[in-house]
Amino acid sequence: MTKRTETTKKIIARSIVIGMLILLYFPLMLLIVFSFTPSVAMGSWSGFSFSLYRDLFNNSRAMEAVRTTFLVAAISSAIAVILGTFTAIGIFNMKKNKQELSLAGTQITVINAEIVTGIAFATLFVAMMNINIPIRFGYVTLVIAHVMFITPFVILAVMPRLYRLNPNLYEAGLDLGAGPMKTMFTVVMPQLIPGMISGFALAFTISLDDFVVSSFNTGHLNTISTWLYNSRQGIPPESRALSALIFALAFIALVVLYIKNKKSQKAFRG
Amino acid sequence: MAKKNVTQEKKETIIEIKNIIKKFGDVTILDDVNLSIKRGDFVTLLGPSGCGKTTLLRLIAGFDTPTDGAIFIGGNNVTMLPPHKRPVNTVFQKYALFPHLNVFGNIAFGLKLAKIPDTSKPAGKNGKIPTRKWKKAEIKEKVEKALTLVGLEGYGHRDTNSLSGGQQQRVAIARAIVCEPKVLLLDEPLGALDLKMRKEMQVELMNMHRNLGITFVYVTHDQEEALTMSDKIAVMRDGVIQQLGTPKQIYDEPQNAFVADFIGESNILSGTMIKDFVLEFAGAKFTCEDKGFGKGENVDIVIRPEDIYIMDADNPKGMLKGEVVSVIFKGTYYEIEVKNEGYQFTVQDTASWDVGDKVTMYIRPHDIHVMKKAKTINSFDGVIKGADSVQFLGATYEIAEQADFEAGDEVTVKIEFDNVELTDHPEDAPLSGRVTDTLYKGKYYQVQVYVEDADEFFLLNTNVEWDNGDQVGILVKAEDIQLEKRTDSTETAD
Repeated sequence: MTKRTETTKKIIARSIVIGMLILLYFPLMLLIVFSFTPSVAMGSWSGFSFSLYRDLFNNSRAMEAVRTTFLVAAISSAIAVILGTFTAIGIFNMKKNKQELSLAGTQITVINAEIVTGIAFATLFVAMMNINIPIRFGYVTLVIAHVMFITPFVILAVMPRLYRLNPNLYEAGLDLGAGPMKTMFTVVMPQLIPGMISGFALAFTISLDDFVVSSFNTGHLNTISTWLYNSRQGIPPESRALSALIFALAFIALVVLYIKNKKSQKAFRG
Repeated sequence: MAKKNVTQEKKETIIEIKNIIKKFGDVTILDDVNLSIKRGDFVTLLGPSGCGKTTLLRLIAGFDTPTDGAIFIGGNNVTMLPPHKRPVNTVFQKYALFPHLNVFGNIAFGLKLAKIPDTSKPAGKNGKIPTRKWKKAEIKEKVEKALTLVGLEGYGHRDTNSLSGGQQQRVAIARAIVCEPKVLLLDEPLGALDLKMRKEMQVELMNMHRNLGITFVYVTHDQEEALTMSDKIAVMRDGVIQQLGTPKQIYDEPQNAFVADFIGESNILSGTMIKDFVLEFAGAKFTCEDKGFGKGENVDIVIRPEDIYIMDADNPKGMLKGEVVSVIFKGTYYEIEVKNEGYQFTVQDTASWDVGDKVTMYIRPHDIHVMKKAKTINSFDGVIKGADSVQFLGATYEIAEQADFEAGDEVTVKIEFDNVELTDHPEDAPLSGRVTDTLYKGKYYQVQVYVEDADEFFLLNTNVEWDNGDQVGILVKAEDIQLEKRTDSTETAD
């Protein structure tokens, strides 16, 4: 192969990547730009201003929805991480054939249509109310439904860490005098933390932008997505400011993760 | 070298393993193992992979429980005791250091959990001795001492990932011995290290053993390592201890052909005892120092390569004529293959010979090791199916027409090693299995075939060389299957 074809190949590969990134980021950039103009109609420019941001923070319904969304995401991801990690450990310690079956079984909400999950939980809660179990559509139902459909993602994130674990590690803990429980918490758990963190991040984002499951189980509460959907006069212009802020948050998280990864790789190479 | 710690008390038994059987599903890993280990000894469990040595170590550590039998440590029955309550610590082959802790944290792990008798407090009611934990300063001191012992002073703050394999294994050793166990278990601890590092660590481990006075139980498949380091070696195969003895005993007086073959290079031949002190093999008569065999009994003979002397063909002392077929320089000696009629002898000699040289060989009487043939006949439980067939190991074989037994009779089926034939096409034979061992016995190979469905071994002699892992069919001619009436109480002897 000649040197020239090598360079042509490189150029093609690079332009594909750059093209991809432009496609990904251009709409987002556009959104940010248009969050600084007060025009009600989307895509038209009516001068630079922070008014959308001011409107957003003054809109009590919007702020309420933001608070609910983040609170539900934080609580349900925290519960999901605990539940998912223990489930993963349990599945990992099963016999091979049962292990595969159980793992596949937990992934039902990943594969299943969200609308089915949403309606299923709504049905469950209504059925509970019908037999006088004191439950109301609101925070509790929202958190329960979210936990159940984001936990499988935590399991998916933790499982690979378990497979990479030195099988003697748990035994080494026992060998040095720690009981099974103590070994689980002081030896095995610390090895799973990176998986738990990425599981939490995954669960949090999925919970954050969920609409389908939430809409069936939220009652009178509004999350960001249900607030947008329920707005009578089309998409409110403040949503551009809100979207820009959420994007900024996500972008910062991405950068932080990237830097952290770089650092830990360096430390590993010593 | 004499051991330092020969104290006034006679060495007591620290580990007693009694009739241990371990099965995983239908597969028997350990088959009625008995072993007793004296306090302060360096005992090595040696054998090829799959012989059960690691399983035995794991049973002592408590990571697995035996299917049957009992284990005593320091006189206490620990068979069902979980690992964290046993007075033993383990060094794992792949170190198993805790990645989230630094070197100090790893070594201090066991100390932080330990409870020690508290002498500052009075004994409680019902004679209970009060306990306390190690103080921070005590832990620090102990960890530093352990680090010094393994030659890693000042490494406490280091991340375990930043250490080399050898250093990681040192940390693992320090982590185990800092707990001052009664017994230190080592599971192929040097297996992952390169040769030079391995040799260094061998010496260091021996020094540690001498200085600490702790009993070491060491698992390895490396016979040289076992011979170098151990006070006692237990050679294992197929879940059974073949021989227990000092390295010298194991090397000089192997109990059977397997031990001889596994421990060092050896020439293993089949021969016949003519009378006491006289035997015949490779077509010549020899004097030896063995007696008590039956006249004309077939025996196994082991001769170490360094015990054969090569001389010019016309030397009158020569016993076996042959021709040099290959010469390889091995650093300090030459490995020379000499072909005599049917058998190819491996000889180690400091003098070199040329390929094609006609030579004669001399062997001193006490270098000829004579061993009883372990077995020459397969024997299985079977059931008569009809006048011309018998079922055993789950397969049906044709037999010569017979009138002694009726269908349904329980019999012992006997088939001599010489009368078994193997085929490359398992589907053509009633029974199939996997070749698990081959041993060159001079003129022929003794092959062991594992029949998985029945969890039994079939042994046979053949001129064909088979490889371990070959899937084979087992063929036996109808007239070569011997049947004996089976009675419950009498065991059929070989």
